[in-house]
Amino acid sequence: MVDTTVNLSGWVLDNPVMAASGTFGYGQEMRQFYDINILGSFSFKGTTLQPCFGNPTPRIAECPAGMLNAVGLQNPGIHHVIAHELPELATFFHKPVVANISGFSLEEYVECCRLIDGAPQVGLIEVNVSCPNVHGGGMAFGMAPDSAAQVTKAVKAVTTKPVYIKLSPNAPDIVAVAKACEDAGADGLSLINTLLGMRIHLGKRRPLLANTMGGLSGPAIFPVALRMVYQVAQAVKIPLIGMGGIATAEDVLEMMLAGAAAVQVGAQNLTDPYACRTIIQDLPLAMERHGITKLQDIIGGAWK
Amino acid sequence: MRFHVDQNRRIARGVYRMELTGDTRELTRPGQFVQVALPGFYLRRPLSVCDWVKGEQGSLTLIYKALGQGTRQLGEMQPGDSLDLLTGLGNGYDVDGLPDVQACERPLLVGGGVGTPPLFGLCKALLVLGKKPVVVLGFGTADEIFLDREFADLGVSVHLCTLDGSAGRKGLVTLGMQELRGQFDYVFACGPEPMLRAVHAQAQESGIPGQYSFEERMACGFGVCMGCSCETKYGSRRICKDGPVLRGEEIRW
Repeated sequence: MVDTTVNLSGWVLDNPVMAASGTFGYGQEMRQFYDINILGSFSFKGTTLQPCFGNPTPRIAECPAGMLNAVGLQNPGIHHVIAHELPELATFFHKPVVANISGFSLEEYVECCRLIDGAPQVGLIEVNVSCPNVHGGGMAFGMAPDSAAQVTKAVKAVTTKPVYIKLSPNAPDIVAVAKACEDAGADGLSLINTLLGMRIHLGKRRPLLANTMGGLSGPAIFPVALRMVYQVAQAVKIPLIGMGGIATAEDVLEMMLAGAAAVQVGAQNLTDPYACRTIIQDLPLAMERHGITKLQDIIGGAWK
Repeated sequence: MRFHVDQNRRIARGVYRMELTGDTRELTRPGQFVQVALPGFYLRRPLSVCDWVKGEQGSLTLIYKALGQGTRQLGEMQPGDSLDLLTGLGNGYDVDGLPDVQACERPLLVGGGVGTPPLFGLCKALLVLGKKPVVVLGFGTADEIFLDREFADLGVSVHLCTLDGSAGRKGLVTLGMQELRGQFDYVFACGPEPMLRAVHAQAQESGIPGQYSFEERMACGFGVCMGCSCETKYGSRRICKDGPVLRGEEIRW
């Protein structure tokens, strides 16, 4: 028997596989496909203080080995999530959940995190300072060490739960941003969010996405995500949740060898709703194939 | 869900009809769609269901236009090939729940081009309920026409319109609709958005309610990615999950 448990800031997960924010809603739609209690956990849809409709459509474009999205943080707002989504989730998901929080200003991040900190189902708060699809906030905070640290510090001051900052691969120096977050008190880091990209509609000779640009996800970005986790893991001491293009149990092992303590599966859920289940089923076999008995032991194994 | 291709043939210019066998038990209403996985493409292709026979070994008819690389590849599939499908997606047309649908006797079915297929399953469902549907179909040219004979075989009257006048009446579906004025009391439509808008505008003049099926670029098809949201009078709706069929009165035309 292999041991797939991992530990995130004291929270022991049955396995390291979580579904990534924006690819799993608040859990409700996915339970029709399988019992989602098999997951390590999942990160719920990026939530802001106020309800947010998001960008005009088209919001989706296909790419070789991946996709672009420019959803723009559509969500019903934190009050609705606390009053309706979380109580509903509690009826069919019996593990702590990752609360993914976004904001358009520092004050919104603070208020949103303060509110969600009181929700008993939340295992950790994942603060998204890296959404590429909103203007004025979102990724702007994650682009530079100073602003990312500012958000981290402010959020930490109003929360009791572990705070993980979700980093942008679009920052000029992701290692510097990671270190700044650690210094500001972050309990952990999630990386990476999507990479900024675009497509052009040949018939119309115009950008395909209504928002012009969108975030690239899917297997196309796995090597980039892996490289960034590998670099950041060696620069900080706090745990990392690795994500970006994970599609197989082998990808999970690679990501953990690079330095991730747990992983998230994102775009793959959209093309195959059973992706997480398949990865979780395959994981013990992949571990055996590669001579791994305790998953926790391989974290950062590629550079240690 | 694994489906086997029994037949896949061209039935009009650029349009293919695919017959498949597989588990269709998740399909509950006409106007629902399936998501087809294609080797070499990351996202699935959403295709409306034309017709189906429910069962673990059920049958499924898809009619699609080879528009891009993905659907062109689908057009090359052969009997004996298999496909991975997610089925039973979307709300589909409500034929017996809403009070205005229950009350209608002579529903008008308006299809534009490749918006036509889901109306076929709908037509059959309406006939089972004892309604007397009338069909208006619009195509660009005569060689793009399909399903007209199949509708006629169901015993319903079919009014054809083509943009160039090469078959039926020369003009848009709204012309066919005008000629049937007073002969229908409900509208079911599927086609490009400008057509839906025009059909709704005309139906509204006579205060006739209806259901309209929309298309949008989507990723998942089952309501989690928020890629296909649209704003309605009653808030945001996901075309893939809360749609693709919306009631005329809830849409911000």
